[in-house]
Amino acid sequence: MQNSTTDKLNKGLPESYSIEHDPDDLWGDSRIIVNIGPTHPAMHGALRMVAKLNGETIEKSYCEYGYTHRAKEKLGENRTYHNFIVYTDRLNYCSALINNVVYSMSVERLLGVEVPERCVWIRMICCELARVIDHLICIGINAVDLGAFSFFLYGFHQREEAYTLIEKLSGARLTTSYTRIGGLAGDAPEGFESELKAWVAKTRKVIDEMDSLLTGNKIWKKRTVGVGVFNKEQCLKFSHSGPNARAAGIDLDLRRDQPCMFYKDVEFDVPVSQNGDVFDRYLIRIAEIRQSLNILSQIADKIKKGPIWSEDKRVRIPDKDVVYNTMEGLIHHFKFFMTGFSVPEGEAYTQFEAANGELGFYIVSKGSPRSHRMRIRGPSFWHYQSLSTMVQGEKIADMVAALGSINIIAGELDR
Amino acid sequence: MDVRKPIATNGGYWLPKFGDLWKTQIEALKAQFGKAIEEVRMPPDYPTDVPIVYVRKDEIVPVLNYLKTDSKMDYGFLADLTATDEQKEPRFEVVYNLFSHSSLCRIRVKVRVADGDEVPTAISVWEGANWAEREVYDMFGVKFRGHPDLRRILMDIRWVGHPLRKDYPLKGYQVFADAEPVDPTLLD
Repeated sequence: MQNSTTDKLNKGLPESYSIEHDPDDLWGDSRIIVNIGPTHPAMHGALRMVAKLNGETIEKSYCEYGYTHRAKEKLGENRTYHNFIVYTDRLNYCSALINNVVYSMSVERLLGVEVPERCVWIRMICCELARVIDHLICIGINAVDLGAFSFFLYGFHQREEAYTLIEKLSGARLTTSYTRIGGLAGDAPEGFESELKAWVAKTRKVIDEMDSLLTGNKIWKKRTVGVGVFNKEQCLKFSHSGPNARAAGIDLDLRRDQPCMFYKDVEFDVPVSQNGDVFDRYLIRIAEIRQSLNILSQIADKIKKGPIWSEDKRVRIPDKDVVYNTMEGLIHHFKFFMTGFSVPEGEAYTQFEAANGELGFYIVSKGSPRSHRMRIRGPSFWHYQSLSTMVQGEKIADMVAALGSINIIAGELDR
Repeated sequence: MDVRKPIATNGGYWLPKFGDLWKTQIEALKAQFGKAIEEVRMPPDYPTDVPIVYVRKDEIVPVLNYLKTDSKMDYGFLADLTATDEQKEPRFEVVYNLFSHSSLCRIRVKVRVADGDEVPTAISVWEGANWAEREVYDMFGVKFRGHPDLRRILMDIRWVGHPLRKDYPLKGYQVFADAEPVDPTLLD
């Protein structure tokens, strides 16, 4: 039986894509097809899942994404290396600073540019601040999805405070564009270290409060323990990384195992759990926030005054008084922003432990001011792929818990 | 602007740490597969961070499987799967970035593929290669032989053209009157 709705849907579609299901028969064997998203409050960002339900149990499902695709990789091939910094903010917008830092690091690696000590310390502050706020939003939203609203507000206040700190660094709260290739947009203001320390001390207390509020909660445990289980073998099959992999027992943290910047000089633990369910992912994130706070307070002690720019003439943006007062400075400034600097031929895959997992920039340069290939390896891409497998045979309400716990950010998923 | 001679500095801290390991691994790989290894590019000679192993197209799945399972290699983690448009013959290179959790070492495997040719799918080695291969198909038009579900992934299913090809125009529109409907055949 055909009706007008099916005819309308089938119009203009290839034969293989037409809906042959009789709409009246969907209830015939008590199975229904539910479409969740792309705009649904429980789907984080514009994600879509189509699930075949038997009662409440998901029998089979498939996921779709690409609704916020902004062709970042194509843009990367058609913008200069300096121009592309602003696009990296919009990858994982919950931790924009990490994307800035990793992108700058990857271009510096191709150029062979070293940045001064203070710049590296500030970049580490950026990474750990961003990691804390990313984890806070992940566990907060995950709890909101399951009905624990006040927990979210505790974290959100500290998150706003962290954004105030970030605003002091970069002048923007969300889309920071803070790093430059070979340096930073600006130095940290006077007294930033003490403000950071005060924030760390306050956040420690808030995390303890949040921990005691939710971790032992019976309802929270019933909704999360044993839900969305993804074991070690499955994690390796689907290339999971970051907190999701560590929740399943993969003892790997790129900050510790492939240290870049000054992560060798700070002490921190890598929390690892074994069960790989929603509850363990939550525990890992709570533990990682504590570790990040430890790192932040160590950095606040260690950071010293000094230059923040590499002295390499290729990447150094000339100071404003040089630009305004000398001819050479003006020409340099003009050439820098109009032509950009050339990156020598070569290719490198630079990775870093971002808040969600391994964030990688695979840049192929052919020697021009624009890259030949700008591949962005976002961890969410590999996590979201496994969602269908993760929730197969579970209840539809548990899908929401699983999706929140793997922290899919549509920005780095769609790019 | 001051454009200097290319410098192979992107090897960074990898070289002193993994240089010898890479050499023994590449030798073992060559002994195992012989002619299937077309070319090897090692870091200080080529401006690359890790060795690039060019593998003949049809032999890619056994090579990846060997790299994953052999105890000397143990590259169990597919860090990335992508492609590049080289604008020469053969046109595309499919790139596999591999990572070893035990030795913390990375390696890059590449396959040269002409326009319209097919690469064997790596799903049998890593299930997670599924979406990455779909994305390569969507963005470059490289097809994967044996892939169970080779549909477009980022673009609409009715989209014409492959956006990340170098000859793809930067501006233009393709407007569809209705959204992609639910496909019940995927749920059987």
